[in-house]
Amino acid sequence: MSKKLLSFPYLVWMTGFMVIPLLLIVYYGLTDRTGAFTLANVVSIITAEHAKALWLSLGLSFVSTAVCLVLAYPLAMILRKRNVGRGSFVVFIFILPMWMNFLLRTLAWQTLLERNGVINGILRGLHLPTQSLINTPGAIILGMVYNFLPFMVLPIYNVLCKIDDNTISAAQDLGANFWQTLTRIWLPLSVPGIISGITMVFVPALTTFVISNLLGGSKILLIGNVIEQEFTRGSNWHLGSGLSLVLMVFILASMALIAKYDKNGEGTAF
Amino acid sequence: MKKNRYVAAAGLVLGVVSVSLWGCGGKAPAKGQEGAGEVYVYNWGEYIDEEVISMFEEETGIKVVYDMFETNEDMYPVIEAGGRTYDVVCPSDYMIQKMVENNMLAELNFDNIPNVKEIDPEYMERSKSFDPENKYSVPYCWGTVGILYNTGMVAPEDVPTKWSDLWDEKFKGEILMQDSVRDAFMVALKSLGYSMNSESTEELEEARDLLISQKPLVQAYVIDQVRDKMIGGEAAVGVIYSGEMLYIQEEVAAQNLDYSLEYVIPEEGTNVWIDSWVIPANAKNKENAEKWIDFMCRPDIAKMNFEYITYPTPNKGAFDLLDEELQNNKALFPDVNSLDNCEVFRYLGDEVDTVYNDLWKEVKSN
Repeated sequence: MSKKLLSFPYLVWMTGFMVIPLLLIVYYGLTDRTGAFTLANVVSIITAEHAKALWLSLGLSFVSTAVCLVLAYPLAMILRKRNVGRGSFVVFIFILPMWMNFLLRTLAWQTLLERNGVINGILRGLHLPTQSLINTPGAIILGMVYNFLPFMVLPIYNVLCKIDDNTISAAQDLGANFWQTLTRIWLPLSVPGIISGITMVFVPALTTFVISNLLGGSKILLIGNVIEQEFTRGSNWHLGSGLSLVLMVFILASMALIAKYDKNGEGTAF
Repeated sequence: MKKNRYVAAAGLVLGVVSVSLWGCGGKAPAKGQEGAGEVYVYNWGEYIDEEVISMFEEETGIKVVYDMFETNEDMYPVIEAGGRTYDVVCPSDYMIQKMVENNMLAELNFDNIPNVKEIDPEYMERSKSFDPENKYSVPYCWGTVGILYNTGMVAPEDVPTKWSDLWDEKFKGEILMQDSVRDAFMVALKSLGYSMNSESTEELEEARDLLISQKPLVQAYVIDQVRDKMIGGEAAVGVIYSGEMLYIQEEVAAQNLDYSLEYVIPEEGTNVWIDSWVIPANAKNKENAEKWIDFMCRPDIAKMNFEYITYPTPNKGAFDLLDEELQNNKALFPDVNSLDNCEVFRYLGDEVDTVYNDLWKEVKSN
């Protein structure tokens, strides 16, 4: 009885702020302005502009997820080897930026990358040629990697911490070199963390519109931007919802991936 | 006109949630019980000197309930739903037209608004493009859209004078365009010599192709950031709302920059926008709302608001009270004859809006 009572606020929260809005999206996505049922909003993903935006989003998210993985895995190994505990200072440093507003962190990158920004200021001070960094796909990838890297590091770090030192020692005793230990022991045992990290980077990167607006100068249209514009310019909530439903397919696919490889929830971030 | 779009987006999300949870929003305000009653005002954020509100309350004894909105598109559904009724609202030109067409506005009784005589007839005339008989609206602020250029980065012989200069190869990577459908198409349509309210598919497609051809030259599509990027010397030319000019000029002076930023109204003509007071058809305190509008038209009040908002005032009486230096500020108060080719945005209907949006998406995704 008391347990039920305790779960009540959570239930209200879930229904009010997750289930109902989600149902509204489904409703809007499957109707037109007159309220009649239609699949046109969802199918419009195949029009040239939408497909191109989706394709571009998938490409950029894929690259930034790959970069995150390449950066995060060795880092997580180092953190583990140094034997820094979960509550340690180094891990704290990694989580610290996440306490700051996401928008501010991205705006800070704008200040760094701008033509008269910090980086070009330093280059100019060293009498080196200045670079045009901002408003490029590279700047968007940088913004994604910077913002989402902790989401890759933490799950991998968590699974690595759970690998018994004795397993590694045993591998080394049996004559495995570093490369063999990595591919035969480390990687297979950390798959849940890797999958979880990939999802946690890929999904937000796929749907972002702020990063491409601020660091891409709105010159590069991602699927997130298309949806944002359909909503904020007040033009067509139905189309925006329909495209959101399409994106949800990718999110559901990644959730299915987690369910398959991370059955015990080992690769959770916190 | 437009404030921070991320705040607007956040507000939108909250709006969806609250509509879903509580149907039509808050409960209707109770009528004033005694004294002079109340007036429910719905205005843009940061669009009034708050001192003016208390002055109004003191002088009339009417209690002001003041709410703010971020965009015209935010405001419209609130008035349409009618869950919370407002007595006086300040939308922009095209939105007023949309509201008139949907019978959402009440005719004003100008006997209660004697100060309307202070409004320069020029702006009453321009208002006719969205309020043909001047029956529903009284102008509050207005402005133009033009080209801002950096004197340190643009040689005197290259100074832009017309929209088509924004297609000049020498400005490659130096152009900041407005990241909004109608503003961007206005630039292209005007430079082609068409109306910025064009509904012709051929003209719009021509404008789209022109915008696509401009894209390699554009540094970024931005809205509010034009101001700060131009002050920071990030780009040589940018499309900007004239309301930002006073802030820009003060900021350039304060930062002691070695360049200045000048504003040009392009020869082909531009968008003249007007934000006006209107009274919704379902207003409960119409006479109080008319008193409010009348108060806003009083020259000393209009001057206070102008000094706070810095957007040009259509109030002739207030204009006469300003320093000569401000009066001669051509960025804020351009010569009327330089506005010959200018137009006011009109609401073109949902279908044409969709055409604009689709073409704009083609530009952006190209």
